[in-house]
Amino acid sequence: MALDTVSVAQSTPDNKQPWRELGLKEDEYQSIREILGRRPTSSELAMYSVMWSEHCSYKSSKIHLKQFGEKAVKSDALLVGIGENAGVVDIGQGYAVTFKIESHNHPSFVEPYQGAATGVGGIVRDILTMGARPIAVMDPLRFGLADAPDTRRVLPGIVAGVGGYGNCLGLPNIGGEVVFDETYAGNPLVNALCVGVMKHSDIKLATAHGTGNLVVLFGAKTGGDGIGGVSVLASETFADGKSAKRPAVQVGDPFAEKVLIECSLEIFAEDLVVGIQDLGGAGLSCATSELASGGSGGMDIQLEKVPLRDPSLSPEEILMSESQERMCAIIEPSKLARFMQICKKWDVTATVIGEVTSGDRLNITWNGELIVDVPPRTVAHDGPVYNRPMARPAYLDELKPISIPLPQTPAEIKDAILTLVASPNIADKSWVTDQYDRYVRGDSVLSQPEDSGMIRIDEQSHLGVAISTDANARWSYLDPYEGVKLALLESCRNIAVGGAKPLAITNCLNFGSPEDPGVMWQFAETVRGLADIALEMGLPVTGGNVSFYNQTGSVAILPTPVIGVLGVIQDVRTRTKMGLPKAGLDIYQLGTTDANFSGSEWAYLHGQIGDSAPRADVDHETRLVNLLLEGQPLFESAHDLSDGGFAAAITEVTLKNNIGATIEFVGDIAAELFAQTPGRAIVSVEPHNAAALKALSEKHGIAITRLGQSGGDVLTINGAHIPLDELRKAHTETLPKLFG
Amino acid sequence: MRIGVVTFPGSLDDSSALRAIRLAGGEAVPLFHASDDLKEVQAVVLPGGFSYGDYLRCGAISRFAPIMESIIVAAEHGFPVLGICNGFQILTESHLLPGALIRNQDLHFICADQPVTVENTNTPWTRGYTQGQRIVIPIKNGEGSYQASAETLAELEGEGRVVLRYADKNPNGSQNNIAGITNARGNVVGVMPHPEQAIESLTGPSEDGLIFFSSILQSLVAR
Repeated sequence: MALDTVSVAQSTPDNKQPWRELGLKEDEYQSIREILGRRPTSSELAMYSVMWSEHCSYKSSKIHLKQFGEKAVKSDALLVGIGENAGVVDIGQGYAVTFKIESHNHPSFVEPYQGAATGVGGIVRDILTMGARPIAVMDPLRFGLADAPDTRRVLPGIVAGVGGYGNCLGLPNIGGEVVFDETYAGNPLVNALCVGVMKHSDIKLATAHGTGNLVVLFGAKTGGDGIGGVSVLASETFADGKSAKRPAVQVGDPFAEKVLIECSLEIFAEDLVVGIQDLGGAGLSCATSELASGGSGGMDIQLEKVPLRDPSLSPEEILMSESQERMCAIIEPSKLARFMQICKKWDVTATVIGEVTSGDRLNITWNGELIVDVPPRTVAHDGPVYNRPMARPAYLDELKPISIPLPQTPAEIKDAILTLVASPNIADKSWVTDQYDRYVRGDSVLSQPEDSGMIRIDEQSHLGVAISTDANARWSYLDPYEGVKLALLESCRNIAVGGAKPLAITNCLNFGSPEDPGVMWQFAETVRGLADIALEMGLPVTGGNVSFYNQTGSVAILPTPVIGVLGVIQDVRTRTKMGLPKAGLDIYQLGTTDANFSGSEWAYLHGQIGDSAPRADVDHETRLVNLLLEGQPLFESAHDLSDGGFAAAITEVTLKNNIGATIEFVGDIAAELFAQTPGRAIVSVEPHNAAALKALSEKHGIAITRLGQSGGDVLTINGAHIPLDELRKAHTETLPKLFG
Repeated sequence: MRIGVVTFPGSLDDSSALRAIRLAGGEAVPLFHASDDLKEVQAVVLPGGFSYGDYLRCGAISRFAPIMESIIVAAEHGFPVLGICNGFQILTESHLLPGALIRNQDLHFICADQPVTVENTNTPWTRGYTQGQRIVIPIKNGEGSYQASAETLAELEGEGRVVLRYADKNPNGSQNNIAGITNARGNVVGVMPHPEQAIESLTGPSEDGLIFFSSILQSLVAR
């Protein structure tokens, strides 16, 4: 094929172009022609198509995401906000922490191992790009029914991919979620969170300033993997063969990334870069246009200088390639020699591919011929914006109240608890998490199955951070506005039971097709809820990710906003764990239970979802968090009550250290055990601290109930005796049986 | 007491090994694979990780690093060397220790708090333990199944060169439940479990691993 240069494009305005095949709509193609005043070259068309895809441009969500800016709390903690690769928050003592979640859902369905692996790799590079050392990862995962044949294909591959990449990078995996629901069949969710730490002065931004500064590509060579993946894989569903283009999923090389991390951190430490951007979705198209538009706009790139793994690649393919483990830096010429020396030490390939210019155009040449001449902002930021039609979905008017068997007798209680804790959503997840290294780096203070993951930041001062990710998609299905609020509040509780104070929010919003007005309504309500609750809680939203088109045919996934909360703890040695540490402790429930089973695991086990989500009570939850934080010195153990209600929580609390408990409820036993009323926690204290706990609960206005005592090797609840061995067998056998 | 820790490309537990040496009271000295300079250290740790991405075979590329040439020569003259996980794999590839580590029996990466018994307390790395002492330290590897020929196994067992043995349950199919071994001279020790990740109860399952590092310091003092 002849090279399609700018001058060729000018002289052949009527050449037909494959804009539709590249995922562009007709009006989008026309607006590219208007921006350029001519038809785009094939390279320009490739760049626009990939950057204007849903995944890169947020064209359906942008109009709603604005609320995070409009309703934002004034937070001194927020050092870098939405729009950069990841938000950065101040945690004190000169430290800044950056954290973010991203989705890699579609690639992980096509090729579970590589899809999940490169999901981890991508988010780790985002964190590295901010100037931070990545210190931990977490992975919220969702799958179709646990016993479905395709889940047996997808789950082991995804888990091995998360582990294979993260373990090899040396990042402890300290938490996450594993949830099963039939709507995720064909649409598994692979969300990956990474957290990194740096000193304030080390923050790096994606900006290309300074005429004459050099553009350097470093890391892996460019190959043909994932070409167009970002626009096609992430923007179209697989159903009905509408999209024939299914390019290869990217292939990850964690060793290359590990070396790239060490090399980059050494470069940052010597302050050798002006700006930096990683190459992820949309590869060089994204990195060059974002760096240029983050600066004054002018940049010249000589594309033939890009080192290739596959020499047959065309310029269009090089621009679109999503080969992993690559970074793009802007460097002052005087610092190039030292930069190259460090790259050589780590055996990292580095090549000058262009320079920053005084103009305002991104010009890309191929062996001297001009093939791209665009205003970079139009590629990176001025993509189309859609205000998609929304409508409250009809299903909401057809919801039925819960009607399920409610256990009453000791025999029924025992049977129900054993059934619940063996169900795939509540069962022990060690089969998954034992494939992840939770110890590496030696700073993991808490990791799964604890409520949050906690990492020591400073060995001398004992400063640390805690992170939790949560979603309750069934509540979001019943009421997306309340559902996301409840997810955030749960995350805050998970942070606080361990002893950390919630500080900042990130999110990954997984939804069906935005072209479905019902899905769009769910999305809009979710964003409205998240912006409102962030404001009410006084926590900044530091960034986030949107994943649309998670649906098969007309069936969308449950609306799944995964919320991540970061907290700070001044002395990690004071953290509280979830398990009962010994016999003779008094066990208390904080907060009260009501009999709404909607969205609960117990209802789900009976094939029902119910008719109404609980209301998020911010005032109560704030007081509870304050009680949990102030009560830390009293607590021998503390655990959030959420999925599976008290029955699931007491199972985890007793099995952790093999310490039994005797519990006596006076109210509605079925509700006490299986309802998932938010705003509750279970703690244990020494009997002599009971008065202090009572005083604290009165101070914060939180009802507390003494439920019983720890001890023995049996869990006894209202006369139902469950030996811990029997409980453990039920809880731990499910996943190994399903997945070997 | 200067104890070195080698960083290969892809080493992961090097920072933890350096910390363990510091906590035990030693001077921790970072060493880099590309130099043959041992910087006058008196003993060396080859840390865990995925050096060279475990490509080809675990440890197969690292054994050719310039620093390994110096270590191999020194080890043959009694210089104390501890290989942990990937470090153990590098030692078998270097033929400083016999046998090989292969994929775990169930083919999964396994991270677990592993009970092991200390079977040989005559090495400079284990002299602080009592014979038969049961300790809990993490395992975290995909290729930790120890295999050797019948003659080698007989020799290891006959000469008391099994240093650590998995207790309770064999996690990965290792022959004779072997979790760690030493060479005939007793100065080179390789273990699959990670003592450097069990040095503080805050971050590890126990503090049992710290004795590896206090043992080497005592051994060097006693010399």
